[in-house]
Amino acid sequence: MDISRRDIFTVGGKLLILASVGATLKQITGAEPPSDAYRLADHWWGMIIDIDKCIGCGNCVRACSKENNVPEGFFRTWVERYQIEDQIKEVKQPRVESPNGAIDGFPPLAPIDGKSFYVPKLCNHCADSPCVQVCPVGATFVSPDGVVLVDQTYCLGCRYCVQACPYGCRYLHPETQTVDKCTLCYHRITKGLTTACCENCPTGARLLVDFKNPKDPVHEILRTNKVQVLKPYMATGAKVYYENLDGAVR
Amino acid sequence: MIPGVDGFMYPNEVELQWSVLIVLYPYITGLVAGAFILASLERVFNVAAVRPTYRLALLTALAFLLVAPLPLQLHLGHPERSLEMYLTPHTSSAMAMFGFVYLWYLTVVLLLEIWLEYRTEIVGLAQSTRGLKRWIYRALTLGSYDVSPAARRMDEKVGYAVTVIGVPSAFLLHGYVGFIFGSVKANPWWSTPLMPVVFLFSAMVSGIAAVMVLYVVCMKLRKTAIDMRCLDTIARYLFYTFVIDFTLEMLDLIHRTYESDESFRSLDFMVHTRLLFSHVILQIFLGTLVPLFLLAANQLWRYTEGTRKAMYMTAGALTLVGIFAMRWNVVIGGQLFSKSFLGYTSYKMQLASREGLVAAVLLMILPFVIFFVLVKLLPPWQGGKAHEA
Repeated sequence: MDISRRDIFTVGGKLLILASVGATLKQITGAEPPSDAYRLADHWWGMIIDIDKCIGCGNCVRACSKENNVPEGFFRTWVERYQIEDQIKEVKQPRVESPNGAIDGFPPLAPIDGKSFYVPKLCNHCADSPCVQVCPVGATFVSPDGVVLVDQTYCLGCRYCVQACPYGCRYLHPETQTVDKCTLCYHRITKGLTTACCENCPTGARLLVDFKNPKDPVHEILRTNKVQVLKPYMATGAKVYYENLDGAVR
Repeated sequence: MIPGVDGFMYPNEVELQWSVLIVLYPYITGLVAGAFILASLERVFNVAAVRPTYRLALLTALAFLLVAPLPLQLHLGHPERSLEMYLTPHTSSAMAMFGFVYLWYLTVVLLLEIWLEYRTEIVGLAQSTRGLKRWIYRALTLGSYDVSPAARRMDEKVGYAVTVIGVPSAFLLHGYVGFIFGSVKANPWWSTPLMPVVFLFSAMVSGIAAVMVLYVVCMKLRKTAIDMRCLDTIARYLFYTFVIDFTLEMLDLIHRTYESDESFRSLDFMVHTRLLFSHVILQIFLGTLVPLFLLAANQLWRYTEGTRKAMYMTAGALTLVGIFAMRWNVVIGGQLFSKSFLGYTSYKMQLASREGLVAAVLLMILPFVIFFVLVKLLPPWQGGKAHEA
């Protein structure tokens, strides 16, 4: 069989493109490329968090930290405890705490005349993300299945995205010197698993949802509950929805 | 309790991300833009009185412009990847445009204008000097030795055109730096459409003050008489731009206070506590009101030459401190409060780290070293001869 120079370039070029696609996905997600069964276009990921179900145990923070090797002192997810006293004579600011991101839970709370509740936080995987908008090289991006990711091999470490995030979800990784954040456990969800935080929540307060899946419970939850996103006035297209969210939460 | 933190910060907010080096970045680019605009007063707006500072202003702008990217470069987690901003810029990012705005300003505006301004003298020096100097000047001629009257008229025409392009470019350079901060909607301390305009006028104020101070210092060092008509004119323009700058800043303050939106209580508390010294005392009182008073007094009353010099120098030096404080308050102040508006952190400047005090001081000394070399290479003192010819 005659092999022309044209054939070598054609086949070689195709192989090169295939190899580079595979390499890029691995670099981006830190995982093997999604299996053939996973189609990016079939998913649009988000999360539903029910404030009334969260007990502030910190399991989610610990699980996330272990699953993703989160450096000490930084958080891909954390839990806040709000204490709001009765507004009898004056409008009081809520008292908020998150000791070490609640990785060890919270100390016991003295009774107050008012209410207290826990608010788990994580990247909101915004559809119109301000962090994506400001990245000077496009190292942070929204994946076709709706997850905001950072290409660690491309990030300059300028930290403009950290400034642009209204929710405080990003940090500079002290070892890689690149920006790090919640990946919604992309290495797990593309294999049909749920996130580490959802998997380890003892009360089911967190639920990974796929908006493109018509059978996903998210549609029923959004239809039958009053839900809200954090800082809706920021118009970021946040995809982490909260049930029973108090207006005081920022 | 976390040391240095009051109230509640989101856990990732405790450490500041942008350090003193990012304070230097707008400060230095501001000096560049301001110095260039002062130079253009003579060239484009025919303010003949400031002619003695024309070349000085251009060299000041170049000295600072060459240093402008260094604080950014030092700040990056991966400086070796910075070239990606040129190769694969993300078009929706304000920061991605920095490289292009910088290159445009450096090459198309500043280097070209300086070269055209000095060309006749460079050709003369390439023929009259010996040894290494001769080679340097020969290189600087770029092979163009034609200094006939026709060629010099052409230099003049092109130089004028470059300055005309340069004025909006200088506006672009610093207005753009203001946009980097003003467009961050997550941060109410930064997010205002006034930010680019405030940055622009504060840049003009700082650049004019810097050239004024440098002019007096250079004349003192050379034991040459100061052209008081020139100094009075610069001080007058400094006063005008300062009035506009102060008005804009007060407009921003009044607007914020009157609107009192969700962030106001938090920002107001910050200004009265952690930013009290740098904002109220340094920026507003010492850095703005005192120099404005000194400059205004000179518009109303006549003082002796010695008194005027002293007043201008005091006003100039305080202005430079005040504008630095303004940059500090924007960059550092914008990171001291939580985006939850429920707490405050502190900035602990390191001493000898990559983003510490020593690096910042060295970066501020470097433009003066470059300025010294530039002045030796391209003496600005015979100013006028080439231009008036």
